[in-house]
Amino acid sequence: MPDPKTIARQFIEALPHSHALGMRLEAISEGVATISMPYDERLIGDPLTRVIHGGAVSALMDTACGAAVMSHPAAGFSTATLDLRIDYMRPATPGQTIRTRAECHHVTRSVAFVRAVATDDDGARPVAMATGAFTVERLK
Amino acid sequence: MKRPEPVHIIKQRREGLLRGLVDGVPYIGFLGVEFDRRGDELTAVLPFRENLIGNPSLPALHGGATAAFLEIAAMIELAWSTLWEGVEAEGALPEGPLRLPKTIDFTVDYLRTGLPRDAYARARVNRSGRRYASVHVEAWQDNRSRLFAQATGHFLMPPPDS
Repeated sequence: MPDPKTIARQFIEALPHSHALGMRLEAISEGVATISMPYDERLIGDPLTRVIHGGAVSALMDTACGAAVMSHPAAGFSTATLDLRIDYMRPATPGQTIRTRAECHHVTRSVAFVRAVATDDDGARPVAMATGAFTVERLK
Repeated sequence: MKRPEPVHIIKQRREGLLRGLVDGVPYIGFLGVEFDRRGDELTAVLPFRENLIGNPSLPALHGGATAAFLEIAAMIELAWSTLWEGVEAEGALPEGPLRLPKTIDFTVDYLRTGLPRDAYARARVNRSGRRYASVHVEAWQDNRSRLFAQATGHFLMPPPDS
């Protein structure tokens, strides 16, 4: 019997868009998920600086937040984004993996409130931060 | 009165500006985002592809793909509308590579599930100053009046000498 973390990893890495962006689930526990996205030249947003496009960082944030909701004991194994705000604090350093840790900080019967932080190799200076609201599916 | 320029010259210049903004960005190509231009009006198009799916059981577009599509539409519209007047007045494209604005923050409002088909987006620059700009963008699929997502973002304009 595979452990829940393996199931969660396979599920998230099988999402076609997350898979296309090369995302990997690094850690998951109740209401917290860490997902990484390796540097890839196809994701460059600024050809002069070779910095990854903000849109790819948004996709990583959304995936990590969704995974955090799905891993929360009060939420079902499905969710949808209601809103997501991202603050881009600095360009990610070209060549480095971007890692996002997302955490549900409050979950009601209907809504999960999630925060996420994205960093590159310099973990002390975040690349981006996100705040989102996600749906909580009713447990049958 | 000055004779109007031949239409093919005008079209070539406007297409040149659009291509200059879009073609150099690998991520726009990766997602497959295209731009439909009518005069100065741009519509971003996201042709459906299997790898845009987030939830295979519905299936639905990935929220991240939607966010990225909206951000690209907003950023290109902002750069396009900033450069348009100068390019039309000069009758020529600016020299050197075109710099895109940098995203400061971006807030996406998901209104309904993104369906597995093409999506469209149009952006409106609500305020554009020398350093900062605020842009709103709306996206739809089958019906222009039934938005599936909208977003607002703030952008940092590239320095004028670059």
